[in-house]
Amino acid sequence: MKHLSPVNAKARRLQAALQPEDAPPAADVVALHTPQQPKGPHIPLGCSTVFAPGWEVDRSGGTAGLCQPVERDLFDCHLGCFWPAQVPDQLNHAPDWTKKCAAAQKDWRKLDIIFP
Amino acid sequence: MSAGVNVLQPGDCHAFESAGQRFLYLAPSAAVMAVDEVTAAVLDSVALRSRSSEEIMADLAERFPAEAVGESLDELVKVRALRRIDAPARRPPVVLPLTPVPLSTMVLNVTNQCNLSCSYCYEYGEDKIVQTDNGRQPKMMSEETARDSVDFLLRESGPEAHMTFFGGETLLNFRVLKTTVKYATEQAAAMGKTIDFSMTTNATLLTPEIIEFLAEHRFGVTISMDGPPDLQNKFRVFHNGAGSYDMMAPKVKALIATHRSRPIGARVTLTRETLDVRRIYEHLTNELGFWEVGFAPVTASPDRPHAFGDAGFEQVLDEFRSLAQDYLAAALEGRHHGFSNVRETLGEIHKGASKAWPCGAGFGLLGVSTAGDVALCHRFAGSDDHKLGTVTAGIDRTRQSEFLDTHHVSNKTDCQTCWARPLCAGGCYHEAHTRFGTTNQPNLHYCDWIRGWTDTCLQIYGQIAQLNPAFLQQFEDDHEAPQPS
Repeated sequence: MKHLSPVNAKARRLQAALQPEDAPPAADVVALHTPQQPKGPHIPLGCSTVFAPGWEVDRSGGTAGLCQPVERDLFDCHLGCFWPAQVPDQLNHAPDWTKKCAAAQKDWRKLDIIFP
Repeated sequence: MSAGVNVLQPGDCHAFESAGQRFLYLAPSAAVMAVDEVTAAVLDSVALRSRSSEEIMADLAERFPAEAVGESLDELVKVRALRRIDAPARRPPVVLPLTPVPLSTMVLNVTNQCNLSCSYCYEYGEDKIVQTDNGRQPKMMSEETARDSVDFLLRESGPEAHMTFFGGETLLNFRVLKTTVKYATEQAAAMGKTIDFSMTTNATLLTPEIIEFLAEHRFGVTISMDGPPDLQNKFRVFHNGAGSYDMMAPKVKALIATHRSRPIGARVTLTRETLDVRRIYEHLTNELGFWEVGFAPVTASPDRPHAFGDAGFEQVLDEFRSLAQDYLAAALEGRHHGFSNVRETLGEIHKGASKAWPCGAGFGLLGVSTAGDVALCHRFAGSDDHKLGTVTAGIDRTRQSEFLDTHHVSNKTDCQTCWARPLCAGGCYHEAHTRFGTTNQPNLHYCDWIRGWTDTCLQIYGQIAQLNPAFLQQFEDDHEAPQPS
């Protein structure tokens, strides 16, 4: 760090911890198409390689590989653009899926996994 | 991407200035960082309202190269001194220590009786939580219970154990104290552990023999005392209402003159009626010779006449700040000053203590009642609601885990936005219990006082760190604290 100088013992530890590459917050959601993939642990989340309009599952039958950023751009994608891919079926199967998500930018982590 | 992504606001931190240098105290890491000119300008730019990084760069374009501003922004975000307004609030997970946590200090209430009748006393006054007069808890701890307690401590401790004798008035049960010290010393030696002793007393029952004993066993002695006669005699009275100053002061002098193996400290209870910090300090150090004096506002529910209201806490803060300047002046010259409230806070700042719990009560420190019940600390010893086991049966690990879980600072919603939480963590459980009726409520009545005092100590720390850093060596782990000569 160039602009902050550690004064107490904890500050020196913090500096040492930040010295290596810009590690992202542990286990955060990171898009597969992010140019520089972080070194630390993270949950890769990217477009499914196969477009399967199954809506609720990715190619492996799970939900980890659903279209990213499915949650953050939730309303843009499937409401604004009428692109209902890879979000749960909110008409029949999961009508309350976004109930706790008043503002997608802030609340997208509250969206729960839907099991088909 | 949506708008607002790069808009930044101050994160969890406290900016302060000391001797012309700007600093940041970061929460929850408790790191203290000195900031350079660019960073100071960046912080000023976002101090009043959230701004995007582009706006900040544009603001400072004439004063600093864009590259420097960019780096500074980057560093501030990394240490979480700035955060994006859309970043989800981080609440760190509640991580409990691996149990069993070694027991470091056991406070033994050798009696719940007292020869004084201090009107603000938490143990006997109107705010008491333990029914000491109904006979369920014996008045005096028996020798057998004390031995069981020693066995308990040495079973639960690491290689170093600390034993504190407490009361009531501790010396009312000096007989058991004496035999217990002997037993504990032998047992610790047999187990290859070290043990040391300390005690708190009102000093009225000290005799030359007792003083000799305390010196010989290197007791750390804390005297509860409120200051010169008019202040001491206001609350610290005998059962007939007579003040205790004349009885105890000569004994304190004798103790300090004879017991030279460890420094002797005074512990002052401040009330709204005895609020004269400087006069108390000067009397206790200059007249009586105490090496250190620590002050604590009285614990009382708000409707008691001696309890502090908001204005009272402000006055305490003003008085503390004034005396703290003397500490600073002494520290800059490398001299000792006995205002222990500053020393303790500086020690925590220097190490960067970031507390998940306000104190060690319930894990590193436990209180034992006269009957041998183990409780959170000495203030709760004997209370069934706060019992964590017994010295014979050991610690109830389920209750202990539940306690640590529910009292973790992450579960104190009010504390989540406070920069002082690494040092405060919600404050004393007993104070909370007295004020709000529950131990897991943060002590919201003195937040301003805690933040004000922490800010003062940070400024003092910043000044010492710049002008006389060698003074801070005493706070390193492997360094012995200065002693009276």
